[in-house]
Amino acid sequence: MSTRRSFRLVLLAVLALALAACVTVVPAGDAAAPAAPATSADDNTIVVYTAIEDDQLERYLKPFYAEHPEIEVQIVRDSTGIVTAKLLAEKDNPQADLIWGLAATSLLVLEAEGMLEPYAPAGLERIEPRFRDADNPPSWVGIDVWMTAFCVNTVELEANGLPMPTSWADLIDPVYRGHLVMPNPASSGTGFLSVSAILQLFGEEAGWEYLDALHENMGQYTHSGSKPCRLAGAGEYTIGISFDYRAVIQAAAGEPVVGVYPSEGSGWEMEANALIKKPVIKDAAKTFLNWAISDAAMREYAVSYGITAAPTGLPIPEGFPADPVAQLAENDFVWAALNRDRILAEWIARYDAKSEPR
Amino acid sequence: MSATVQVPALPSVPTRRLRQVVTREEWLMRGLIALTGLWLVISVVLPLGQIVWRSLLDRNGTFVGLENYRTYFTTPALATSFYNSLYISTVTTVVAVALGYLYAYAISRTAMRGKGIFRVIAMLPLYAPSLVHAIALIYLFGNQGIVTTGFFGTLSRWLGTPVRLDIGLYGPVGIILGEIIYCFPQAFLILAVAFTVTDARLYEASTALRGSRLRTFFTVTLPGIQFGLISASFVCFILAFTDFGVPKVVGGSYNVLATDIYKQVIGQQNFTMGSTIGIVLLLPTVIAFIVDRIAQQRQVALLSSRAVPLTPKPDRVMDTLATVYCSVVATAVLLVLGTAVFASLVRVWPYDFTLTLRHYEFRGVAGGYSSYWNSVRMAAYTALYGTAVVFLSAYLVEKGRGFGWGRQVIYFLSILPVALPGLVLGLAYIFFFNIPSWRVGNYLILNPLNSLYGTMTILVMSNIVHFYTVSFLAATTALKQMDAEFEAVGASLSVPFYRTFWRVTVPVCLPTLLEIAMYFFVNGMVTVSAVIFLYSPALKLASVAVVNMDDAGQTASAAAMSILIVVTCLAARLLYSVATYGIQRRTQAWRTR
Repeated sequence: MSTRRSFRLVLLAVLALALAACVTVVPAGDAAAPAAPATSADDNTIVVYTAIEDDQLERYLKPFYAEHPEIEVQIVRDSTGIVTAKLLAEKDNPQADLIWGLAATSLLVLEAEGMLEPYAPAGLERIEPRFRDADNPPSWVGIDVWMTAFCVNTVELEANGLPMPTSWADLIDPVYRGHLVMPNPASSGTGFLSVSAILQLFGEEAGWEYLDALHENMGQYTHSGSKPCRLAGAGEYTIGISFDYRAVIQAAAGEPVVGVYPSEGSGWEMEANALIKKPVIKDAAKTFLNWAISDAAMREYAVSYGITAAPTGLPIPEGFPADPVAQLAENDFVWAALNRDRILAEWIARYDAKSEPR
Repeated sequence: MSATVQVPALPSVPTRRLRQVVTREEWLMRGLIALTGLWLVISVVLPLGQIVWRSLLDRNGTFVGLENYRTYFTTPALATSFYNSLYISTVTTVVAVALGYLYAYAISRTAMRGKGIFRVIAMLPLYAPSLVHAIALIYLFGNQGIVTTGFFGTLSRWLGTPVRLDIGLYGPVGIILGEIIYCFPQAFLILAVAFTVTDARLYEASTALRGSRLRTFFTVTLPGIQFGLISASFVCFILAFTDFGVPKVVGGSYNVLATDIYKQVIGQQNFTMGSTIGIVLLLPTVIAFIVDRIAQQRQVALLSSRAVPLTPKPDRVMDTLATVYCSVVATAVLLVLGTAVFASLVRVWPYDFTLTLRHYEFRGVAGGYSSYWNSVRMAAYTALYGTAVVFLSAYLVEKGRGFGWGRQVIYFLSILPVALPGLVLGLAYIFFFNIPSWRVGNYLILNPLNSLYGTMTILVMSNIVHFYTVSFLAATTALKQMDAEFEAVGASLSVPFYRTFWRVTVPVCLPTLLEIAMYFFVNGMVTVSAVIFLYSPALKLASVAVVNMDDAGQTASAAAMSILIVVTCLAARLLYSVATYGIQRRTQAWRTR
């Protein structure tokens, strides 16, 4: 009898699964019509997607919890590329309630996909206009700025008898051949930032000529934006084209690295926040976004970064340029976003297709 | 019309009853095969369908047919990447399978000492996240590497001349080294299973007939492990072909197909092109599948029901050779891991070699030790459910009756996952499981599996699928070597197949089953590429923490967490050896004469 019973059980299970898998169909009706998102006041758990470093997160969140013990923040943290890819892949059913501290270029992509809900957080008037979306209410609001820096390993520089570079122009000196690393702009936002800054600084034609020369000196192109600085910190290469915060924390960890800011100006990018467009938008998410540009939060950002979106009056942390704002090159984000595919195609054709090891 | 009149009621009764008994059992078998098929449809076909579908759309979601493929194949970079991938995988396969073959041979066919420890060491590379191997390779062979600089110039000082042993790590050399470390244990695992299940009588016959050693090798040994050899080559080739972890870290500017996907998906958020390359990556698997099927038709069962297990006889020359060989390989493996341990203990590599334990504090790491426990739980579930599902499906494919085409489809779907890079698998799972409903005309088809998203279940599912193929092939290899006579005898005694399965097949294959469980466990502990897209805020994982720490520049902490993972896998291994010692002895008693 057990055979018969198990046979029936199996058959039932197959049928039930088949039914569940295919036949749950409801009339669509007006479900597809875009309804105004409902807001929910009673759900106090919010899911936050972020690319902010783990050690910063812990410090940043302390004042928030002190102020809002009733809200539970669930953090999903990963590198910029992964978080952006995850957000886009989840587009049809977003899991995140809000984005905190993700590259503004990524937010432009999400905005173009219609994934962001414009929202003006309290205190928006304190944010510098060029550090936020120009629309009102804005789709995204910046919190701090990071910029291109050369991570120079002083021990290896001396061992190889190399001069300290001070500008982009210095880097194409043949003495540096094989000593440079930079991120591949097709893999890394930081890499694209530097390439787009060079093209905007020198103009397109001269910019590509410069990149040709830079390519001759390049030891390798990496897939992550922080990797060049880490390779420089470990002495694998002498100079890594990376960004400011990396140089600062690696020096603090005892690595013989200094951050050098090119005299022509640095490419730069913002960490920014945004509200996700979804059927139910939680009040707690807005509360968090309000807090995330408050003075209390800005003071925490100012410990890690030279430039915050709203002035804090705190001293510039060690390792950053004395006047960080003056260091910023002209950067037209919209131009960069519109021309991204074209620039990358050109870059790949020039350097990537023939980037055999030399 | 006279036939209608004849109704021979009485004689038909026993026949009908007899047929019913068989039919019911057969139906149970078919039901199980259907269930296995359904599982594979949900966990492989439907998510993969999302990837195929996306490869046919442009970036705005408009259907463009094969346009993406045309674009991809006309890009000049492709030829380079494709050739590079092919080159890397071929070299890796040849070296890893050769190493694994000799190692497995030494362990199963000689009487050398220390087999247990050699076996554990061979599997060690699987116990650490692949990032660790890359870190260790850089620390050994990078521009500042221990070997490159001749132990930081010590060698130069001894010899009085500058010594630099630069192997040119960043590029194909680094990738091949990394992939060999990654593939060797997998080749060894499959080949060891193939060597274990054998019949000593064939060797006795060969000796009795005065067959030379070489002749015995070609007529007995090689045919016996033929299937294992093909499977091992196939797995190594595909693993090296699709892995992007190693090329990402030590590949320098050397492009392979897998890093092309990374660039498209992570660098440029171009899912359509990423999906397209993902599908291109599947092609070699499909080809390999066909080759494999042709080769397999010549496979015969080796372990007949009268088989006698082989007990290697001591042979001084062979045993010494085996010991030397295994020691060399084991030393290489230990050197790589030892470098990682060292890296986790020094203050600032390579400038301050003061030893410290501070990297084990995991300060500023979200989740910290709780992520470690999540990983342990996930790995344990993966081992438990994965082994059950894999072995049952392998059994149904190998020993099942009826539903021939269905079993072929299941076989194909079971070896397909190996060609899916974790990155593609992770995205496919988001695409499929995160969609609440599909719109077809005026109806919404609700996705009943949507509730799995963000749970432990989906993590376990993705792991089972990600590591399905190697386990499946190991199980198939073991089952293939069992004589069909076992089933025939069972059937002739009218013992239902599930009883034969439970009383004979499972006990005989227990060593393989346990190996598969270990394989799932350790992979669950170390895997990153798929789960990085699927873990939820409440379920952070240790292996993801390793990548994040490395990304944040805390290389030493990343190494430290990895060492913790290695120790866990070793502990699990030890626990399993102790716990199963008794069971092994009982269920494997038949192997002794």
